[in-house]
Amino acid sequence: MYFDSFSDFLAMGDHGFYVWLAYGAYLILIIWNLIGAGLRRRQVLESLGRYWRRELANSSDRNQEDRKAE
Amino acid sequence: MNWVWFHKWASPKWFFQKTQRLQIWLAALALILLVTGTVWGLAFAPEDFKQGNSFRIFYIHVPSAILAQSIFMAMAIAGSVGLIWRIKLAHVFVEVAAPIGASITLLALVTGAIWGKPTWGTWWVWDARLTSTLIQFFIYLGIISLYQSIENRDTAAKATAVACLVGVVNLPIIKFSVNWWNTLHQPATFKLTEAPSMSAEMYIPGLVMLVGFYMFFALLVVVRMRTEILQREKGAFWVREYLEQKNVL
Repeated sequence: MYFDSFSDFLAMGDHGFYVWLAYGAYLILIIWNLIGAGLRRRQVLESLGRYWRRELANSSDRNQEDRKAE
Repeated sequence: MNWVWFHKWASPKWFFQKTQRLQIWLAALALILLVTGTVWGLAFAPEDFKQGNSFRIFYIHVPSAILAQSIFMAMAIAGSVGLIWRIKLAHVFVEVAAPIGASITLLALVTGAIWGKPTWGTWWVWDARLTSTLIQFFIYLGIISLYQSIENRDTAAKATAVACLVGVVNLPIIKFSVNWWNTLHQPATFKLTEAPSMSAEMYIPGLVMLVGFYMFFALLVVVRMRTEILQREKGAFWVREYLEQKNVL
């Protein structure tokens, strides 16, 4: 460890504000991108789930109608 | 030369199946490298004898600036692959990489401004390096809005690919801005052709962060491309099987 104590580490000489602000921006970037990718994936999976349930329901309706017609 | 691999990877279904395991490896690598690099850069690397601890911003600023430019280069290459060989996956890459690239360019600008304040005494100067990077950010935003503003997906993809090829002109301007103009920004620290000008204990955490940033980008691209592939191939039987496997159906 480069620093003598934890408070030294937080203070970063007299540059604590700048260092922690920059690392905060980096953390926000990581979280932002992860959440963005996760939300998009969930949104697509939900819409595909609706799509396939409708497709499957329609095709079973059609099968029943076919049987009635016969 | 055998081009079978090229065509296989151009198939959305093949790509989707082959990246299932890959995304876990990318996530593990990105996590390990970014955690190691961050702790190393923040707590163990020595401070700079002139800049003090504000130098630690280097470990975010330089990797994000390098990655921001690499992503644009990759988008221009993928865009031309998409235009020449009509490979849709290449266009999907451009579509998902653009917002990630924009966010990383913004991180490079923001951390640069934060670093500039204690080092140069100002958050911003209209220096050639800073201005050309700001233009890069606007090019990213332009490409995102261009893609979103065209309704037809194929037309949007083609227009975006052409815009990437035009926008790539800005990359050498960013790269050589520190040599062509008399800038406040210092010249490159990492060079492929020479040994780094700083000590190993200072630049090795930077290399760890750089590779970590690339892995994180690769992870985001793979996850987002897989999502878009599902959306585009939604009628296919393998998509239905995947949904059943994930308990969505």
